[in-house]
Amino acid sequence: MANAKSKEKPSSPIGASLQRNDVYEKVTGSAIYVDDLQFGNKLLYAHVLRSPHPHALIKSIDTSKAEKLPGVKVVVTGKDFPERMGLYLKDKTIFALDRVRFIGEPVAAVAAVSEEIAMKACDLIEVEYEVLEAVFDAEYGASEKAPLIHPQLGEYYCPNYLFPKPGTNISNHFKIRRGNCEAAWKECAYIVERTFHIPHIQHVPIETHGAIAMMDEKGKMTIWASSQSPFAQRNIIAQALHITQTDLRVIAPLVGGGFGSKAGVTMEAIPAALATKCKGWPVKLMLTREEEFFTNFVRQGLTTHVKVGCDKDGNILALKNVMYWDAGASTEYGANVVRAAGYSSSGPYDIPNIETDSICVYTNHPIGGAYRGFGMSELHTGIDQAIDELAEKAGFDKVTFLKKNAISEGDIIVTGMKMHAMGIQECIDNVAKSIEFSKKEEPTSPDRVRGKGIAIMWKAPATSPNPGSSAWVELAEDGKVTVGLGGQELGQGTFTVMAQMAAAALGVKYEDVRIAGPVDTQYSPYEWQTVASRLTWSMGNAVRAAAADARRQILDVVAEAWKENPEDLDIVNGVVVSYKSEKETPLANLVIYGLPRENNGGWIGGPIVGRGSFMPQYITNLDLETGQGPRAVVHYTVGCEGLDIEIDKNTGKIHVIKAAASFDVGKAINPELVKGQIEGGFVQGLSSALFEEIRLRNGVMTNPSFVDYRIATAPDVNFPLDVPFVEVPQDDGPWGARGVGEHPMVPTIAALGNAIYNATGIRLDGPPYSAEKVYLAMYDAGLTK
Amino acid sequence: MAYQRITLTVNDLTETVDVPHNMTLLQMLRQKLSLTGTKNGCSAGECGACTVLMNGEPVNSCMVLAAECEGATIVTVEGLAKNGKLSKVQEAVAKAGGVQCGFCTPGMMISATALLERNPNPTDEEIRQAIVGNLCRCTGYFRIVNGIKEAAKM
Ligand code: FES
Ligand code: FES
Repeated sequence: MANAKSKEKPSSPIGASLQRNDVYEKVTGSAIYVDDLQFGNKLLYAHVLRSPHPHALIKSIDTSKAEKLPGVKVVVTGKDFPERMGLYLKDKTIFALDRVRFIGEPVAAVAAVSEEIAMKACDLIEVEYEVLEAVFDAEYGASEKAPLIHPQLGEYYCPNYLFPKPGTNISNHFKIRRGNCEAAWKECAYIVERTFHIPHIQHVPIETHGAIAMMDEKGKMTIWASSQSPFAQRNIIAQALHITQTDLRVIAPLVGGGFGSKAGVTMEAIPAALATKCKGWPVKLMLTREEEFFTNFVRQGLTTHVKVGCDKDGNILALKNVMYWDAGASTEYGANVVRAAGYSSSGPYDIPNIETDSICVYTNHPIGGAYRGFGMSELHTGIDQAIDELAEKAGFDKVTFLKKNAISEGDIIVTGMKMHAMGIQECIDNVAKSIEFSKKEEPTSPDRVRGKGIAIMWKAPATSPNPGSSAWVELAEDGKVTVGLGGQELGQGTFTVMAQMAAAALGVKYEDVRIAGPVDTQYSPYEWQTVASRLTWSMGNAVRAAAADARRQILDVVAEAWKENPEDLDIVNGVVVSYKSEKETPLANLVIYGLPRENNGGWIGGPIVGRGSFMPQYITNLDLETGQGPRAVVHYTVGCEGLDIEIDKNTGKIHVIKAAASFDVGKAINPELVKGQIEGGFVQGLSSALFEEIRLRNGVMTNPSFVDYRIATAPDVNFPLDVPFVEVPQDDGPWGARGVGEHPMVPTIAALGNAIYNATGIRLDGPPYSAEKVYLAMYDAGLTK
Repeated sequence: MAYQRITLTVNDLTETVDVPHNMTLLQMLRQKLSLTGTKNGCSAGECGACTVLMNGEPVNSCMVLAAECEGATIVTVEGLAKNGKLSKVQEAVAKAGGVQCGFCTPGMMISATALLERNPNPTDEEIRQAIVGNLCRCTGYFRIVNGIKEAAKM
C-alpha cells in the first residue's frame, strides 16, 4: 500500500477555527475551578481582618481573645511575616507591619474550623491605630506638601529599570526626552491642550480570587490558586516565607476570568502564611465580591495633561504627556504599568519631538496592578482624544489625519527603536469602511443626536526584559500527543491554540493533542506569567519548538530503521511516511518502544520527549533621562476602533448603532477565537467607558457591589460589532502570530469620547460617560433643556 | 445549629439532605451534593453564576434557602446533558464560541434553557433580556446570544 495516509490531504490546524478543547467541560459544569476542589474535613477556613483606615500607624495588636475562641487554629499578624515582596518593586508585605496604607489592607488573619468562627475571631482582634493624614490625589501626593506613605522607599529592592525617588511618594518617574518639544511648539500651526481624568476601575472576573494552601510536616508547601501566574507566585511567595522555590508547589486549575487581577501575588500569600503555622492542615480563602472590588488589585487612576501640535499640512510635530498615576498603597506591580505607559507614550503615531513624564504616585487608595491593557487604555484616552481635536482644528478629515500620522515600518519610534512591519493603515481603512465614517448620518429620532468616533492604538507586551516560556511534548502508546506547558487558560483559548500549534509542528491531528493540565509548578515547564498578551507569541514559540524537537527525534529513529534520509520522511496525520520508499508506519508504539533493527539486531529509539523554550534576549534598558535605547520592547500590536452612536437628548443615554474593531494579529491561529477576544475586549472597554468607576470618598470605595458598580449586561450590547482583522506577520512569532488579548479594550474610551464630541461638540474630561454626566454636559452647553 | 431534613429532586434524582437553617440552595448543591458546576460569583443575587431551575423557573440559588426547597424539583447545569449528549443550548453555545473562561456558563445555560422552554422562538432582544441577570465579563455576549438563537432553531 503506497502512502495511503499521506495522500489524504491533511488540513493544517493553523488558521482553522477549531472548537476549544475545554468547551465540553465548561458547558456541562464539570470544568474544575479552585473553589470546586475538595479537601475533606480537615479544611480550615481563613478570614482576614482589614484596615478600616486609609493611613494610620498600628500602635498595638492584641490577638489573645481571638486565639482563645474554640475552633480557632491559627492567628497571624504582620510581625510573623516581615519580608517585603513584589513582582517589580518590593514594597509590600503580606500583612501590614507598623502602618496601614489603604482601607482593606490585611492586618491579621485567622484560620478556623468554620467561616463563621474565623469571622468571629477577627472581630475579637483588638488593633489600636494612630490615624495619619492621608493622600487621595496623585498630583498632591507627588508634591512636597504631601505626607509620606512609604518613608522607607529608598530601602526597597527595585529592578534597575524603575526610578523611585526616596523621600517622596514617587515610586517611579519614567521620562522621554526625544527631539526638542520647546522648539517644535513654535513651528506648530495648531496646538491642542487637554487634561483628562481616568478613574479607578476593577477587573471584575466573575470568579473572585481564591486559594488553598497546605504545608506538610517537612515544610513543603502546596498552594492551589485561581492564578494567572503560578510560577511567579512560587518565586515570590517562597521568598516571602523563606522556603525554597522547589519546596513550594503551585497548582492552578482553570481560571474564571483574570484580566490581570490574578497576576503577580495578592491574596494567595494569606492562606500560605497561615498554613506555615498549622502544618498538615489545608487553609482556604475565597474573596467575597466586596473584597474583590477593592482589597486586591484595581486599575489605577490617571490624571493626564496632553499637549499636541501639528504644522499647517497636518504633520504632528510634538507631543507632551504629563501623567500622574494614582497607583495606590503599593506600586510593586503598578510601577511597571507607569513605565509601559511612558515608553509607549507617543501612541502609534510618528512624532519627532516627544516629552513624557509618567509619574507613579503612592496614595492611600486601593493597590493598582496589571489590568488588561497595562496602562494603554488610560494613555490612549488622553492622546487619541487630543489628536482628534487637533485634526479638526487643522481642518483635516480624521481618517486622513490618522493615516497621515500613523507609524510606519522603519520609523524610529518614541524610544529610539525601529518600527517593524504592521498593518495599521489597513486597520484604519477597515474601521472607516465598516462604520462608514465619512458619511454624515441623521439620527433615527428627533430626540437624538448622532456622531461617529474613531481611535487607533498600539501596545507592546510590557514585562521584565527577559520573561521565559518552555514546553514539552510527549506521546503515548496510542501515538497521541500531550503538551506540557505553564501558561494558563483564562478563557482566552490558549490551550486550544497551543494544541493547534503542536499538531501542526508535529504532523498529527488537532483532536489527537491533549494539554497537560492543570498547570502545576511541580510538573509543568516554566512560564513567567499569563499576562501581556504574550502567550500565543512566546509560549507558542516554545510549544512549536518542543513539537519540532519531538518530530526530529521520531524521524531520526525511523530513518535509521529504514536506512533512509530523515529529509525524505514526513509525519502526516500521525503516520510517518517516506516520500522516497513510500513506506509508512503509524506513530503508535514506535514513540514509546522505538523500532526493531533488521535481523534481530536489537532496537532503535525509545520514549520520545520533545522540549522547547523561548525567551526574548534583545531587550535593553532605557536611559534614565531620555527614555532612549536600542530596543525597549519585543513588538507592538496595532489596531483601530470606531463607533457610530446616538445620544438621547432627554436622558443623555448613549446608544451604539454600530461599532468596528480591527487589529493586526500577525496570523490568526484560530480566527474565531481571535474574534471572540476582540468582541469581549471591546465590550469590556465599552463597559469601562460607559459605566465603570470605583467611587472613592476619603479612601472608601462607596460602590463595592454589582448593584452600584455596573458592568455591561447583554441588553447593553444590542448593536452589530464588526471585527475584520489584519495579518501582517510578526517576524519572530510562531507562524507570524502576535498577541491581541488586551488590545481590543485599549482605544474604546477614546473612540467613544470622539464620537460624543462629534455628536455634541462636547469634550468630556473623562469616563465613565454615564447618561447623567452626558446629559448635564449637554444641558450646560444648551443642547437640551 | 438547627438542622432540617428536606427531600427534593435534583437532576432527576431524589435526595434527602440535612441542612442548617441558614444554608442556601447554592451551598447545599455545592457542599452537600458535590454539584460544583453551579458557581458562586457574588452570594448576593447580582451575577447569575448560581442560576438553577427550581420547579422550572430560573432562580439565583444563592438567594434561596435550602430549607425552602422541600419537595422542589431542581435542575442544575449537570442535569442538562443526557447520557453524555449535550442539550441544544449547550451544543449551540459551544459551537457559536459563547464560552471563554466558562465561569458564567453554567448560569447562562440554565437561563437560556428556561427561556427556550417558555418561548421557543425568542427575538434577539428577548434573548438578551432573558440573560440580563447573567453577567459575563469575557465574551461581550454576542456569541452567547447567537448560540441561544441557533439552539432555538435546532
Ligand atoms: S452567586 Fe448568586 S447571583 Fe451571584
Ligand atoms: S465566559 Fe468568562 S464570564 Fe462569561
